[in-house]
Amino acid sequence: MNEISLYILDLVQNSITAGAKHIRISITVDTTADSLTIVIEDDGCGMSKELLSRVTSPFTTTRKTRKVGLGIPMIMQLCEMCEGRFHIDSAPGKGTVLTLAFKASHVDLPPMGSLPETMLSLINGAPEGIEFNLTYGYNGESFDFDTMEIRQMLGEDVPLNTPEVLSWIRDYIKENIEQIEHQ
Amino acid sequence: MKSIADLEKIRQATLSKVNLRRESEGTRIVVGMATCGIAAGARPVMNAFVDEVGKRNLLNVIVAQTGCIGMCRYEPIVEITTPGKDKVTYVNVKPEMVPRIVAEHVVNGQPVVEYTIGQAE
Repeated sequence: MNEISLYILDLVQNSITAGAKHIRISITVDTTADSLTIVIEDDGCGMSKELLSRVTSPFTTTRKTRKVGLGIPMIMQLCEMCEGRFHIDSAPGKGTVLTLAFKASHVDLPPMGSLPETMLSLINGAPEGIEFNLTYGYNGESFDFDTMEIRQMLGEDVPLNTPEVLSWIRDYIKENIEQIEHQ
Repeated sequence: MKSIADLEKIRQATLSKVNLRRESEGTRIVVGMATCGIAAGARPVMNAFVDEVGKRNLLNVIVAQTGCIGMCRYEPIVEITTPGKDKVTYVNVKPEMVPRIVAEHVVNGQPVVEYTIGQAE
């Protein structure tokens, strides 16, 4: 994949499959420390020690259509290529926390790409009732986006996947990220 | 600059449409969003469908996602179901194909045969 934001979209699908109701995505860029940190945290079913021990294998998957699962192996490979670190913390009933840390200027690190497009796909595609929180930090400034706040404003009658709402969400995230990156 | 307060206006403007959307049993556009789909370009495809449905103000159409369908080499895969009609499966879908699929298939009921799985072999 040629954008970090596509890896994020893919990894969050695991949280959705795990039955999570709240998914937090936190992205922190520090250009002085040359670091990019991504944390994906969910309250899904979590993984047993046994599953956790083999989750990085490309031959581990929960789907029935194929015997391979490449999402986690691909992000691990990226971490290894880019002097990054990769850690999963998970227990049954406790949810899962995935932490990725990269050297931001590493030549093999793909660009972040479009986070607004990733959030649009997630919010539109996820089943009803999943809440997303996105925190984007850039050199000490940060922007926080939460679907619960949006839902409160919209009331019960207008769902998040209404085209007008999705289009607003995309622009809102885009403008806010641009603003803190250029401060 | 967008602000959270805009949502109140959107809420008022869309409320009546939302009720229409809820009452009608309509077309489902389902995009495969597993690792294979995402790596092949499913994100811009799904978002193009969302944009096109919004632009044309189609009230009886839902854009949804599914996992791996099992034919990873044909991703991005899009399945369109309409009540009373056979499911149509589009393969190797690109965002540029989306306006035509929406206009000809979703709006006018004529699947774009050249983009379907039957033509891919």
